[in-house]
Amino acid sequence: MALEKPYADIPGTTIFDADQVRKGYHLNMFCMSLMKPANRERFKADQRAYLDEWPMTEPQKRAVLARDYNAMIALGGNIYFLAKLFATDGKSFQYAAASMTGMSQEEYAQMMLNGGRSPDGQPNPTVRRNG
Amino acid sequence: MAKITAGVATSHIPAIGAAIDLGKTQDSYWAPMFKGYEFSKRWMQEAKPDVVILVYNDHATAFSLDIIPTFAIGCAASFTPADEGWGPRPVPVVEGHPELASHIAQSVIQQDFDLTIVNKMDVDHGLTVPLSLLCGQPAAWPCRVIPFAVNVVAYPPPSGNRCYQLGKALRRAVESFDEPLNVHIWGTGGMSHQLQGPRAGLINKEFDLRFLDGLKDDPESVARIPHIDYVRQAGSEGIELVMWLVMRGALDAQVREVHRFHHVPASNTAVGHVIMENIP
Repeated sequence: MALEKPYADIPGTTIFDADQVRKGYHLNMFCMSLMKPANRERFKADQRAYLDEWPMTEPQKRAVLARDYNAMIALGGNIYFLAKLFATDGKSFQYAAASMTGMSQEEYAQMMLNGGRSPDGQPNPTVRRNG
Repeated sequence: MAKITAGVATSHIPAIGAAIDLGKTQDSYWAPMFKGYEFSKRWMQEAKPDVVILVYNDHATAFSLDIIPTFAIGCAASFTPADEGWGPRPVPVVEGHPELASHIAQSVIQQDFDLTIVNKMDVDHGLTVPLSLLCGQPAAWPCRVIPFAVNVVAYPPPSGNRCYQLGKALRRAVESFDEPLNVHIWGTGGMSHQLQGPRAGLINKEFDLRFLDGLKDDPESVARIPHIDYVRQAGSEGIELVMWLVMRGALDAQVREVHRFHHVPASNTAVGHVIMENIP
């Protein structure tokens, strides 16, 4: 019997469940390899060649090369592993999060200052801030 | 006899660590957040714990996808701050308490919680950011720390109730240790946030404040919140809040809340922080 996945209908959200862990194993382990400075250098020197050392699927490799974080997550990536990739690029969690929402980092940062996004996916009504 | 006297809960956002390490705590963006921890730093100096059991989650640092332990206790003599891809944080090495940690492991496993024992492990921002928030930037951390890692990265994490009951087992374990140690337990992570997908940036202040009220006065009900409510209402990463229930389970039914703070935002996340004491 299939497992119940009551979280499947949450808008704009992929839960990193056991199926995603299985699908994303090599993608995430590739990301983890970037914690070593020598690997970061080798990856930056020739990204495609470095990726080809890993038994990842072609769509996973293309998503990495395109830095398409939504695609990487759909293909089994997890944000804490993908963090090693955007850290290698010198980017922050806020940069990566903004890139997945279709907003510029500036717009996204302003949304966060205004109180973030409500669970229905829409930005919260602007909160008046002091000053 | 060792005794748990107090509990601390706090978010452990990596950007907070970066703000501390880069000297940005007085910037207009960060100053209001750090103000919420001024009381806590003074409180820490007065409360003087000998040991902190620090419940946190590893963020693809010590544990990859090769092995995913649900509950892991650090029994080593020391734990090195990890290089998470940006270089290690410039913070002191974390000194453990191997005697108490191994005593807890044996006691808690015999209470039906199957812990993974870890004798070698680097610790990431999940553990070092709370220490920085409560202790500032000392040359050495003021107490010993037992890292207690909970898997909240691969779904499903342990249930809220499992975490709450684990807290009770940890308390019994501590109270059966013969040395007269003053022990604190910290639960970290949260509050509402989502770091992935088009819904990234989720903040649910109402959920957070309800959670804080319930944690203090009605933890049994909070422990029954199902996973689906966390991920729907508090975001895919908001489910880290189950770790706060380990802390709460280790305290008395009635506690004194000596400090509470909630702030939006720190980078992508709502910051929550409470300090609770057992009433002597």
